[in-house]
Amino acid sequence: MNRREFLGVLAAAAAAGMDLSARRAGAQTADALYDVPAFGNVSLLHFTDSHAQLLPIHFREPSVNLGIGTMAGRPPHLVGEALLRHFALPAGSREAFAFSYLDFERLSRQYGRVGGFAHLATLVKRLKTARPGALLLDGGDTWQGSGTSLWTKGQDMVDAAKLLGVDIMTLHWECTYGIERIAEIADNDFKGRVQIVAQNIKTADFGDPVFEAFTIRQIGGVPVAIVGQAFPYTPIANPRYMVADWTFGIQEENMQATVDAARAAGARVVVLLSHNGMDVDLKLASRVRGIDAILGGHTHDGVPKPLIVDNPGGKTLVTNAGSNGKFLGVLDIDVQGGTVRDFRYRLLPVFADLLPPDAAMQELIARVRAPYLRKLEEKLAVSEGLLYRRGNFNGSFDQLILDALMQEKDAEIAFSPGFRWGTSVLPGEAITMENLLDQTAITYPYTTLTSMSGEQIKLVLEDVCDNLFNPDPYLQQGGDMVRVGGLAYRCDPTASAGKRISAMTLKGQPIEAAKTYKVAGWAPVAEEAKTAGGEPIWDLMARYLRARRTVPAPRLNLPGLIGTDGNPGIAL
Amino acid sequence: MTDKTVGRRWVVKRGAVLAALAAAGMVVPKELFASWNKAAFEGKTADEVVKALGGSSAAASGEVQIIASDIAENGAVVPIQAVSRLANTQQIAILVLANPNVLAAVFDVGPDIVPDFTTRIKMSQTSNVIVLVKADGKFVSATKEIKVTLGGCGG
Repeated sequence: MNRREFLGVLAAAAAAGMDLSARRAGAQTADALYDVPAFGNVSLLHFTDSHAQLLPIHFREPSVNLGIGTMAGRPPHLVGEALLRHFALPAGSREAFAFSYLDFERLSRQYGRVGGFAHLATLVKRLKTARPGALLLDGGDTWQGSGTSLWTKGQDMVDAAKLLGVDIMTLHWECTYGIERIAEIADNDFKGRVQIVAQNIKTADFGDPVFEAFTIRQIGGVPVAIVGQAFPYTPIANPRYMVADWTFGIQEENMQATVDAARAAGARVVVLLSHNGMDVDLKLASRVRGIDAILGGHTHDGVPKPLIVDNPGGKTLVTNAGSNGKFLGVLDIDVQGGTVRDFRYRLLPVFADLLPPDAAMQELIARVRAPYLRKLEEKLAVSEGLLYRRGNFNGSFDQLILDALMQEKDAEIAFSPGFRWGTSVLPGEAITMENLLDQTAITYPYTTLTSMSGEQIKLVLEDVCDNLFNPDPYLQQGGDMVRVGGLAYRCDPTASAGKRISAMTLKGQPIEAAKTYKVAGWAPVAEEAKTAGGEPIWDLMARYLRARRTVPAPRLNLPGLIGTDGNPGIAL
Repeated sequence: MTDKTVGRRWVVKRGAVLAALAAAGMVVPKELFASWNKAAFEGKTADEVVKALGGSSAAASGEVQIIASDIAENGAVVPIQAVSRLANTQQIAILVLANPNVLAAVFDVGPDIVPDFTTRIKMSQTSNVIVLVKADGKFVSATKEIKVTLGGCGG
């Protein structure tokens, strides 16, 4: 061995050693994070709002998530530093990265992608080892949010959920594939495997239940009822014609009757699998008796610790488990003598680089994607800035959509819905067709161009704003404010309905109530739009992006805010 | 999905035959038309309706319940359940304050009828909805706001 060869061996050994020590360090980090000691005798695992993200992704949490009235200043309406302080999360830590928007770009490069069903599957198996009999609950919004879920009508996610071992689920965006598709899955794919529960879905004619309101399962010898609550405002927030024969709503009286019936049927623990959204769950928990815990979703709030709510029947834990496959909730309950004595709850971030992919799930995902791979991987343009969606008023990916809509439709104003799903793209990364579909893959993707009077524009903004900031959570729908391009405005979230929007201007000129403006948009809920021939938003966007090889960081059009000083739900 | 509904649907389909007979004039419920209260249905305010129904005021009562969605799924057909737990309930009315004509429905309650009705009403905009109950000659009520929204934009 000459000197050169010797140095080569040393270098190789060092590389191998480095690699080994890095791997060892990774395993230690994983153990510290994921070796959650089992507790009690009843365990439930919970994920929600994965929005069909089968692969690991980037997802920036909001820097604007305002709470109004009694909701101000308490979880989930804390962002950034206020959130870290409240939950005692060290700045720069993996948990701080997972739960807050802070330093998102740098920490994304340090800690890597999150979620992914193959990694989630590994975590589920790891936790179940110490928790025999634990149930896996899916809070809904599982079948929608990606190109492959749209093209397979949710089949990819149905198969993934079965392989993951989901026991029970409830619904929201699933409904946008239509009643027949849900019935087909419930009665075939899911039969004997996954049970859909929803106390609040009834037939529109006689009010008969469509699904079982609850199911009782034995866990560790304890009868546990899982009650289902689908998204109450599905026919309002999404097209009603897609669920024409069904009616939803919160149905608080029926919820109480359902909980009472579950108790009467022998349940010693009652858990609500909810797609209400966290504020609605918190109000419900204060009024309905007999629910031990609410495992919640819809509002995409990653809340590290449960809130404990008093009600006339005792106490109810309320949780919310984030979105996009980022988190897995673990609820361990100690039941002694037929009553709940104590609990432990953890909301575990799913770090793809700490959890080796589950082979069977990885194989399923590869198989599902194979026919579409070329289309998904097309690089449309490189983004110079960070693209994300989440936030009460706007996100940079939404701004990109607004800019494209105004340009392509030759419109002076654009509206884009305040969806809370949609993954993030780091600066310098290519925007792929897959990224674009992560923001747009819905069954009513039509773009529109409408003449609206200034008065109508005001009405739309006020209406959506009330759905977001009504001081009564039961009157909120859990989406964010409609994103607005071209038009500047001021917003006072603390004002009453119809009085929140002011100072609307277009290019410095006040909007006139009687004047007509050209407004571009997409995702219309009216049935007429189905046959009006509007181009799908992803086609318009792809054309816009391909024509530019790079896109600069979008300049966010944000309203001037009134009445939010000192609110820890905003960090601008 | 549940199978509970099949039997009822079968019965109701058969029931529809009877309704068709009635509609064709073969079974004429003449007494229904006799009790039509024109003034009440043309009332523009809750006070006018209460007066036209023979009352003067209607205090809120915990014995009256109004069950309805907080946000209407479709303003054109809003399901409302009106329940009275008062003895000797004689009449239940449903009022939508923001509608051009406030009174949406009146049910006359006979001695053997459980005062628990579900119907569908039309709402032009977000409004307080009042269930007005006449029991033992006295009027009492329950109120709930129901929001009518444009829709869209859900998380």
